[in-house]
Amino acid sequence: MTDALQRETTAPALRLAGIVKTFPGVRALDGVDFEVMPGEVHALLGENGAGKSTLMKVLAGMYQPDEGRIVIGGREVRMTTPLEAKEQGVVLIHQELSLVPEMTAAENIYLGELPRKSFGRVDWRTLHARSDAILERLRCKFRSEAVVAQLSIANQQMVEIARALTVDARVVVFDEPTASLTDAEKVVLFDIINDLKAQGVGIVYISHRMDEIFTLSDRITVLRDGQYRGTLETALTNEDEVTRLMIGRSLDLSRDTTPVKVGETVLAVRNLTCEPHFEDVSFSVRAGEVVGFYGLVGAGRTAIAEALFGLRDCASGTILIDGKEVSIGSPERAIGMGISLVPENRKEQGLVLQMSCRDNMTLPQVQDLTAGPFVSSGAEIAIFDQYRDRLAIKTPSWRQPAGVLSGGNQQKIVIGKWLSMQPRVLIVDEPTRGIDVGSKSEIHTLLRELAAQGYAVIVISSEMPEILRVSDRIVAMYHGRITREFTAAEVTEDSLVQAISGVAATAEA
Amino acid sequence: MTPPDTVKQSRQMQDDGPAAPPLPQAAAETLPGGTSARISLFRDNPLVRWLMDNPIWGFVLIVFVFFSFASEHFFEFSNVQNILVQTSTIGLIALGMTLVMINGNIDLSVGATLALAAAFAVDVQSWAVFASWGNWQILPAVCLALLVGIALGALNGFIVWKTGVDAFIVTLGAMLGIRGLVFVYTGEQSFYAMNFAYSDFSVVSVGPLPVLALIFLLCTLAVHLLLSRTVHGRNTYAVGGNREAAVNAGIRVGPHMMINFMIIGFFAALSGVLLSTQMGAATPNLGRDYELWVITAVVLGGTKLTGGKGDIIGTFGGVLAIGILRNGMNLMQVPAFYVYVILGGILIAVLFLDKRFNRTANGGLRL
Repeated sequence: MTDALQRETTAPALRLAGIVKTFPGVRALDGVDFEVMPGEVHALLGENGAGKSTLMKVLAGMYQPDEGRIVIGGREVRMTTPLEAKEQGVVLIHQELSLVPEMTAAENIYLGELPRKSFGRVDWRTLHARSDAILERLRCKFRSEAVVAQLSIANQQMVEIARALTVDARVVVFDEPTASLTDAEKVVLFDIINDLKAQGVGIVYISHRMDEIFTLSDRITVLRDGQYRGTLETALTNEDEVTRLMIGRSLDLSRDTTPVKVGETVLAVRNLTCEPHFEDVSFSVRAGEVVGFYGLVGAGRTAIAEALFGLRDCASGTILIDGKEVSIGSPERAIGMGISLVPENRKEQGLVLQMSCRDNMTLPQVQDLTAGPFVSSGAEIAIFDQYRDRLAIKTPSWRQPAGVLSGGNQQKIVIGKWLSMQPRVLIVDEPTRGIDVGSKSEIHTLLRELAAQGYAVIVISSEMPEILRVSDRIVAMYHGRITREFTAAEVTEDSLVQAISGVAATAEA
Repeated sequence: MTPPDTVKQSRQMQDDGPAAPPLPQAAAETLPGGTSARISLFRDNPLVRWLMDNPIWGFVLIVFVFFSFASEHFFEFSNVQNILVQTSTIGLIALGMTLVMINGNIDLSVGATLALAAAFAVDVQSWAVFASWGNWQILPAVCLALLVGIALGALNGFIVWKTGVDAFIVTLGAMLGIRGLVFVYTGEQSFYAMNFAYSDFSVVSVGPLPVLALIFLLCTLAVHLLLSRTVHGRNTYAVGGNREAAVNAGIRVGPHMMINFMIIGFFAALSGVLLSTQMGAATPNLGRDYELWVITAVVLGGTKLTGGKGDIIGTFGGVLAIGILRNGMNLMQVPAFYVYVILGGILIAVLFLDKRFNRTANGGLRL
């Protein structure tokens, strides 16, 4: 309550009132109110398509609102470019890194506003002195002379944040900042956010991850369908209430416990090695079960999936399907053997975004859907309709380019693409990355159902709740090796964390 | 005094009561301020939509009407026949270029391939082995010329596939190298067709259509069907749109791209053969700058240099646009050099309009 009182007496660092933004055919923002106090972390939540990104683009001067007011530090402002917004002290840290990889950290930090000497020459000394000061403030261990391409993703993100601090920032917007960070790197990021907060900067934090939001934020504002749904004190609410505001109903987060008939071993891997990604990996997957692969980013989980799908050659080891040793060699042959892969990054690896939903879904089997020399449109539409209904894909028509769908629906198209091929083994890498909570739970249910229908399912995920929720067995990996295998009954969060952080491995050795 | 939070809390309660009105698909039309509604109605018209997707056909229509009034000889059937014959050469290559460019590649070697194929077609007929074949001596000559085109295309495609070097670089090298081979082969001389049946071919008509125009139209139809209706066509879009996703769908990208290079090699050679029948000869400089005309036509037709987007209907429009402009300005006795200036300007203008339409339609950012 003291917080609330204090907030009342200080002016907001930023206030948006009644923001309306329309695009042809869509009202993306419909009278949205939002404010951030100095020294407050204000989380912005909503499903994909709820209008969070549009609101932030309005805030960063990339879009002009049709109606409504933007008040910064007590003055009403109009911003028409990101640079103007930055001059007002509003900076946006993008979800995707937008750095020039060939340049140094310092050049990136001051990109577009390099300090100058006479005749337009760059003042390198000032540039590096200022950049180093900012990096120090962020407790970075690298120097501003470092070339960005050679930095780790986490350090690149630091450069992106450093960029925001070249001006006296009043408000810093973080858009899904932890999407590509490991747990240790996250801790550093949260420290920085708390530092900024202590310095009186207002923070807008956008994320799908509830745990982060509840750790970090002071208040939570929820958007749904472009409309303001309310603002809650983080301390006085819980995940359930927030979720209900976000999707308009409660989520069933419990695990589906109906017993599943587990069948024969479909896929077995023995002593598979592919340096430097993974070595001496052995496991098996039976029909009717979901095997979860859990580990840190870079532990070798995705590389195993790629090897099973014929995208990587393995130095040694064997892969058996139905007990028979196979040599995979290419995705084409993997598909022929009934192995399918829903890749980690659906936009870059799974979908042809300009192509229609239907064409994306039938892509791997279009050669079998021909009538004479031509592709049979009718056969394709039949398949599309069948899997649209089965997976509840929301799209007005099959003609819709896949790129315009929401993340959840895109993921369902990729899953439908493989289901329609009747695979034996379905490998799903990060099934719900960047997908909102509502669709997330739908996809979890779907994965359980698929196992129940007799598919052998492998799920790779970096989210512990997800792994715990969908898996019958969990394979923990650390540094390219399998450290432990758990059954759903015996696994605990603690033992899982130990297994993926190398604790168990060192204890054994 | 109520703290701001409680105010918002209560507002949220109100909002949660009755279900929020769903966002209608055509929300823009119901908005106050009729202009956006009118624009959106205008945009919903299928013909307008089609023209916005294919701005080149709007342009073709405009120049066609313009020249019909500006020149007394333009709007005559014989002149339309002329335009088709004149454009058949770059038109045929443009068909292949559309496939290669949708694939995300490019082929700069088509002009040189055309010249080499033309040289073969004219020279081989006069080889001593075929001396007793009469008019049949043309057949092996033409077949060999077409095979040379396909083989060169296969070579380009194979190098792109196996080395992973950008198609721009590979075919730039091929353009220089093949042109060099043309000079070696011809000894810097022109070859003349001794068999007059060969040069007579270009003036044959089938019904109302000159045979060259007929070949062009049939090939256009064939490639249109290939691209829009077959598995190969579908894969062409997939590979150009997202190569990684195509690999993950089991498409063998390398061989696929090689086939498209072979197709464009075939069309370059066919174009060379037809051009040499028109001239009754093959010169070593034949087909110079053709790659630029062809790429201009394809890009005018809406194919993206980055791949994944484009179609034959657009390319046909682009080819006609160039043909009509050259023909019409020629009839109006505009000096040929101005044609280059005007075409260059139009190329940029059409792409600018395309970008504008697409950007506003997507609510895109100013980047």
